[in-house]
Amino acid sequence: MTSTLERLSPWLFTIGLFVAWELVCRLAKVDPFIMPAPSQVFLAVGQYWRPLLRHSGVTLWTTMAGFALAVAFGVALGLVVGWSRAIYRGIYPVMIGFNSIPKVAVVPILVVWFGIGEIPAILTAFLISFFPIVVNVATGLATMEPELEDVLRALGARKMDIMLKVGIPRAQPYLFGSLKVAITLAFVGAVVSETIAANAGLGFLMVQAGSNFQMPLVFAGLLGLAVEGIAMYAVFAAIERRMTRWAFRSSMSAGT
Amino acid sequence: MSAFVELDKVSLAYRGASGEVLALRDTSLKVAKGEFAAVVGPSGCGKSTLMKLVTGLVAPTAGTVGVAGARVTGPVKLAGMAFQNPSLLPWRSVIDNVLLPLEIVEPHRGRFRAERKRYAAAAGALLGTVGLDGFGHRFPWELSGGMQQRVSLCRALIHEPALLMLDEPFAALDAFTREELWCVLRDLWQKIGFTVILVTHDLREAAFLADTIHVMSARPGRIVATRRVDLARPRDLSVCFEPAFVDIVHDLRGRIAEVRQG
Repeated sequence: MTSTLERLSPWLFTIGLFVAWELVCRLAKVDPFIMPAPSQVFLAVGQYWRPLLRHSGVTLWTTMAGFALAVAFGVALGLVVGWSRAIYRGIYPVMIGFNSIPKVAVVPILVVWFGIGEIPAILTAFLISFFPIVVNVATGLATMEPELEDVLRALGARKMDIMLKVGIPRAQPYLFGSLKVAITLAFVGAVVSETIAANAGLGFLMVQAGSNFQMPLVFAGLLGLAVEGIAMYAVFAAIERRMTRWAFRSSMSAGT
Repeated sequence: MSAFVELDKVSLAYRGASGEVLALRDTSLKVAKGEFAAVVGPSGCGKSTLMKLVTGLVAPTAGTVGVAGARVTGPVKLAGMAFQNPSLLPWRSVIDNVLLPLEIVEPHRGRFRAERKRYAAAAGALLGTVGLDGFGHRFPWELSGGMQQRVSLCRALIHEPALLMLDEPFAALDAFTREELWCVLRDLWQKIGFTVILVTHDLREAAFLADTIHVMSARPGRIVATRRVDLARPRDLSVCFEPAFVDIVHDLRGRIAEVRQG
């Protein structure tokens, strides 16, 4: 009984949210220009599904491209940073500083360098999402049990052996955990860049619709963003579960 | 006669949070080949430092450490180690955990891939001798603490090391499991005949298992007394209730009380 309810509850909650939104709009007679009701938003989705789909596709592609760069670069840098304490200490302040810069501020620079279009979106997605990957991979490596390292070093293991046999497998749950955070960040980065400087993508669509006073279409764009965000998160959460089943299981029996 | 493990006036200082800390001072220790030696002492006396010195993980500030007739200058590569925490790899099955040292240490490392079957059979047999027959394909988190510690012992022994270093391996176990594992260790040692240095704070454990017990002083640590245990082998758990055994434990307790005061 509980399990059925638990399975259904996310759907029930989402539907409930839309119903509440609809009711507020109707009962308070909110001007659809200020806040369109869900029914109007869904109507706009039906009306403009072609452009919505096309622009969603562009956003999806720029997000995934930026994310792929972030994974490649983030894992590599994470391995380097986690390799030794000296590198870790040296590079960390720079990374914190870099991460503190709001990426909106970087978009104009990227536009100057690469022009308006997909490349600034891809790079913004990359810049905003690589940090959690680096930190997680480095943490996974740095929190290795010292006893285990002693066991292997006493056998004559080189640093590389310890990394391959222990460090990298150990960092995997951290890596896959960070991916689902990174993908949503990459998405945010891509959309931010699109709203500022692009000629395609959901962010661009929403800015255009807004300047044409088509509020239902703006909200349809938001809806599209939310759906895409949830879908990407779900994909990477599923990958995480598949790849690092041992981490979920072993933490469940950590009492022994 | 030259000892298998020999520490000659070894001192070790390291930089701690509050300046220089002297962990060991003029420690001398000899362990013969095939001997079961135990090191007991108050907590924080540098027993674990001793382990790292013998295995070559840290270099002494003064004095020399020798193992198997050669001076130790780097990791000795012929030692197996086990600690209080079994520290098994949760993503590897039990048998793959036991096989880990063979993937690292020469000459097994080079032929591991080709002769994996043979090595797996050896690991299975070793698991059998510690009472874990048929557990090879389980995962560490499916085992109890005592069973995990047995696996950890197997991992320390799979490459047939000449020297086994144990750092309070049974300290986290309940009393019954601990006594069970004493017997497991006793049987392994009698069967294979490696040299053991067991660091412990359990005096009964030291007296039951060891040939020789070294008592360490509080920090900076050094060996203040060495006592042979002449109880007949093979020893049964009932030996723990014999007067001779109780005398040894009493004597050790007295000495440790002395060094704690002084």
